[in-house]
Amino acid sequence: MGLLGFFKDEPPRSASVAKERLQILVTHERNQRNAPDYLPALQREIMAVVSKYVNVGDDDINVQIDNHDQLSVLELNITLPN
Amino acid sequence: MSKIIVVTSGKGGVGKTTTSAAISTGLALNGYKTVVIDFDVGLRNLDLIMGCERRVVYDFVNVINGESNLKQTLIKDKRTENLYVLPASQTRDKDALNKEGVERVLNELAAEGFDYIICDSPAGIEQGAQMALYFADEAIIVTNPEVSSVRDSDRIIGILQSKSRKAENGEQVKEHLLLTRYNPVRVTEGEMLSVTDVEDILAVELLGVIPESQDVLKASNQGTPVILENTSDAGQAYSDAVQRLVGKDIPHRFLEAQKKGFLARVFGG
Repeated sequence: MGLLGFFKDEPPRSASVAKERLQILVTHERNQRNAPDYLPALQREIMAVVSKYVNVGDDDINVQIDNHDQLSVLELNITLPN
Repeated sequence: MSKIIVVTSGKGGVGKTTTSAAISTGLALNGYKTVVIDFDVGLRNLDLIMGCERRVVYDFVNVINGESNLKQTLIKDKRTENLYVLPASQTRDKDALNKEGVERVLNELAAEGFDYIICDSPAGIEQGAQMALYFADEAIIVTNPEVSSVRDSDRIIGILQSKSRKAENGEQVKEHLLLTRYNPVRVTEGEMLSVTDVEDILAVELLGVIPESQDVLKASNQGTPVILENTSDAGQAYSDAVQRLVGKDIPHRFLEAQKKGFLARVFGG
C-alpha cells in the first residue's frame, strides 16, 4: 500500500479476513474432532426427549464438549421458541 | 531401515504429485535409494509427471495381488540414478488397496534396501488416501495459501494424528508443511495468506515454500520433475526442501517480493 492507499479508508485486506475465518473454523473443527463418538447420538436422544414437550427444530440444539486441563465440560444449548 | 514419507493434502490440485516427483528425485540425486509410489488407484498420473508413462507394464495392485513381482514392476528412472517409480493401477476398483497388501509391498521394498519410500496420496480422505498415510513415518502436507486448502490440510493432519499406524501405537508421524503456489507479490498486497499466517493456523513445522512458477507446468508438460530445472525458482525451492528433509538447516528463499521502484512505492503499485 502506497501513500495514496494510506489516505483511503480501505476495508481490511482479504488475506486477513481469510486468516480470521480460518482460525475460527479450524478451532471449531478441532474441538469436534476430539469430541467423543457418542456425541451425535446423545444429541439426537436429547432432541427426541425435548421435542416431546416443546416444539424445537434440529438447529435449535447445540451440544459441545470443551476439554480443559483437569475436566471436560458438556455444554448443552437449547433455544426454546417464544 | 527405510523411511516412509507420505505426500498428502486432503484437497486436490495443490501439487501433491508434482511434489512427490520433485522430492523423490531430489532424494535420489542426494544419493539415497528412493522409490515413489502412486497411491491414486484409478487415476494414475505420477508416471506422466515422471515421464515414464510409456514404460508402465505392471502396477502397484498387480504386486499386491501377486500377479507380478517388484522387479518386474518397478520402473527405473532413466535420468536419475537410485530412483524407481511404482505406478498406480488404472483399475476402477478403489478398494483394491488393503492394509495387509500395502504393508507386504512396503516390507519388500525395505528389504530391497530403499532408503526412502515416498507415498503419493490421492486427494480426499477415502480409502486410498488413508492407505497412503497409514504406514508413514513422516508426512509432507502440501498446502496452497488459500482457505479451502488450509482447512483440508488441518483435516488430514487430524487423520494423521488419529488413524495412522504411528498414532495407533501412541507415537507421532513427523509432520512437515510445504507451501506451494506461493505468490509473494500478492502476499505483500495483503491479498494472499502469508507463510506465517498458514504456520500460525496449522502449527506444523515449515519444510519449504515453493513460489508460484510457470516452470511447474512447463516441467509437467515435458514429463520432467521440476527439481531438475536448476535455473527455476520452484526447482531450487524444492532442492532446498529436500536438504531440510534430510536434516540440513538452510534458510528459506523466495519469500519476498521483488522490490518495487520508488514511484511505485509512493503511489501504490
